[in-house]
Amino acid sequence: MRAEGIPASPGYAEGPLFDLDQPPASYKAKASAEKEQAALVSAIGKAVGRLAALVETADGDAAGILEFHIAMLEDDALSGPALAAIGSGQPADVAWRTALDSEIAGYEASDQDYFRARAADLRDIRDQVLRALSQDSEAVAPPGAILYGDDMAPTRFLETDWSEGGGIALRSGSTASHVAMLARSRGVPMVVGLGDEAETLTGVALLDAEHGRIIFSPSQAEIEAFRQSASSFADRLGAAKTFLTEPAVTRAGTAVRVQVNIAYPSDVDGIDIATCDGVGLMRTEFLFGKTLPDEETQYRAYRKVLEWAGDKPVTIRTVDAGGDKPVPGFTIEETNPFLGLRGIRLSLKRRDIFRVQIRALLRAAIHGNLKVMFPMIATPEEYSQAAALFAEEEAALAAQGVAHRLPPLGIMVEVPSVALAPEDFADVAFFSVGSNDLTQYVMAAARDNAAVAHLNTARHPAVLRLIAAITAFGRAKGIPVSLCGDAGGDPAAIPALIEAGLRDLSVAPAQLAMAKAAIADVAV
Amino acid sequence: MSASAEATVLITHAVGLHARPSVKFTKLAKSFAAEVEVAVAANGPWFDAKSIVKVMAAKAPKGTMLHIRAKGEGAAQAVKALVDLVQRDFDEDADHARSA
Repeated sequence: MRAEGIPASPGYAEGPLFDLDQPPASYKAKASAEKEQAALVSAIGKAVGRLAALVETADGDAAGILEFHIAMLEDDALSGPALAAIGSGQPADVAWRTALDSEIAGYEASDQDYFRARAADLRDIRDQVLRALSQDSEAVAPPGAILYGDDMAPTRFLETDWSEGGGIALRSGSTASHVAMLARSRGVPMVVGLGDEAETLTGVALLDAEHGRIIFSPSQAEIEAFRQSASSFADRLGAAKTFLTEPAVTRAGTAVRVQVNIAYPSDVDGIDIATCDGVGLMRTEFLFGKTLPDEETQYRAYRKVLEWAGDKPVTIRTVDAGGDKPVPGFTIEETNPFLGLRGIRLSLKRRDIFRVQIRALLRAAIHGNLKVMFPMIATPEEYSQAAALFAEEEAALAAQGVAHRLPPLGIMVEVPSVALAPEDFADVAFFSVGSNDLTQYVMAAARDNAAVAHLNTARHPAVLRLIAAITAFGRAKGIPVSLCGDAGGDPAAIPALIEAGLRDLSVAPAQLAMAKAAIADVAV
Repeated sequence: MSASAEATVLITHAVGLHARPSVKFTKLAKSFAAEVEVAVAANGPWFDAKSIVKVMAAKAPKGTMLHIRAKGEGAAQAVKALVDLVQRDFDEDADHARSA
């Protein structure tokens, strides 16, 4: 039998199942409340000591998580309610569990994914102390095992020996959890959200964390198919590195441009420009944080990236605030922000702010191969209004004798209206498909809502058909079309995107090698 | 002598005042003798800025205007140092970039 879930860290693992949810050992009550309190304080101390020892050998992310756990444990505000409850007659283990469970409930009730994911940290903290209280070291997972349970504690991850492989399969869990982050950085395969159907907890299982599924008690045929997929994945991973420095070409010899998406000017510091064809998307929301940015700050940020890229193109997107990216003093609070004043709609409402960005872009354009695109365009009027503002600011800079250049102006294709009626946009310089937003609008599935994540796939025929339509229109009119959403870096989506006609993808820098490798495998 | 100070600062770090940022925040708060409190609204409730449990419970995501107030020795310095830390995005890499 099998269960489907969500991949949290790609890879394959075959091994015995190990039950993460074994009940903890029992606690022996002490003679007095004072002794119960002392036992709790001592158990917290032991847990802190154990974590401090782990910090010694942990790196970056892992150390940060452990330090967070230590800081929580050392805070009297955490133990206070438990110590008080012991004073009024409860045994230490019950008091501690009750106090922590009430904290955990608070986190679980949060409407933010990030906060809900912290509940797993709190459970970890709770169990660390309960284990110390009962003086029991828990059963250790055998090497190469697939750890299977409801959710998993970060310390559990760090205490596990991953040198012989293994993986993580969780019935609930979250791709935003600390464990998922650790799994990705260590390359441990992990799937979350497998649901409650599977009850088999013994024997060998096959974890496919590339596609997000687990097979229990597999047949010989299933094992063989699994091993093939696993070895193909390992080959792709190894081979990917050799693709990084080469231009991307499909099996049929079709050249595909691969650019990078960046969110901060400093992102380019770690990228060798020779490994990519330019910047397909530079976001500018980072500038709109603490305060609204002045022209000089923006100019310097754009110029840095343009100079890094040399003569390769850098496509800068004008500010895409609103939606899930509110900016105080700029965006407007709305009940349905994804369908409200975001992207170009907001920029055209707040022209004073937009003009500052336009001037910075015009001035920076002389330092490289700049292209500028507008987010959330739905109608040709929005494009012409934005282009007119560029023309006005250009004239003003010329009158002042300030060095500048008018870059090619293109649009994002993320509102379905553009892909459905592209003939209205025959005068734009280029199209860039924002597949994340296009998908959420075509499938009516908010991209920040895990409950509808299964609907949010750019590989749905409806989304691919729109991508094919805009690509065909671009080819007919000689207007370049690229794609800069997450699908561009997803090896599973790349064949379909190329089949839809795209020859220009922009991906996260970390995905460059795998994307090029996936392109090399496409038959088109 | 009893000094007091108060300021507000916008949280711009991608995940807000959570986990690692809150470790740094409370550590810094504890380095001052002054009594320091935080709130996510001008009228409270106020939380002890030296307690990570309390600071986490404030649930302050990115985009929150964080109110910080201090009373006692070094109050002004404490508020300034904490505001600076928040403005520096807790000295963390901006590695939680938004997707396209």
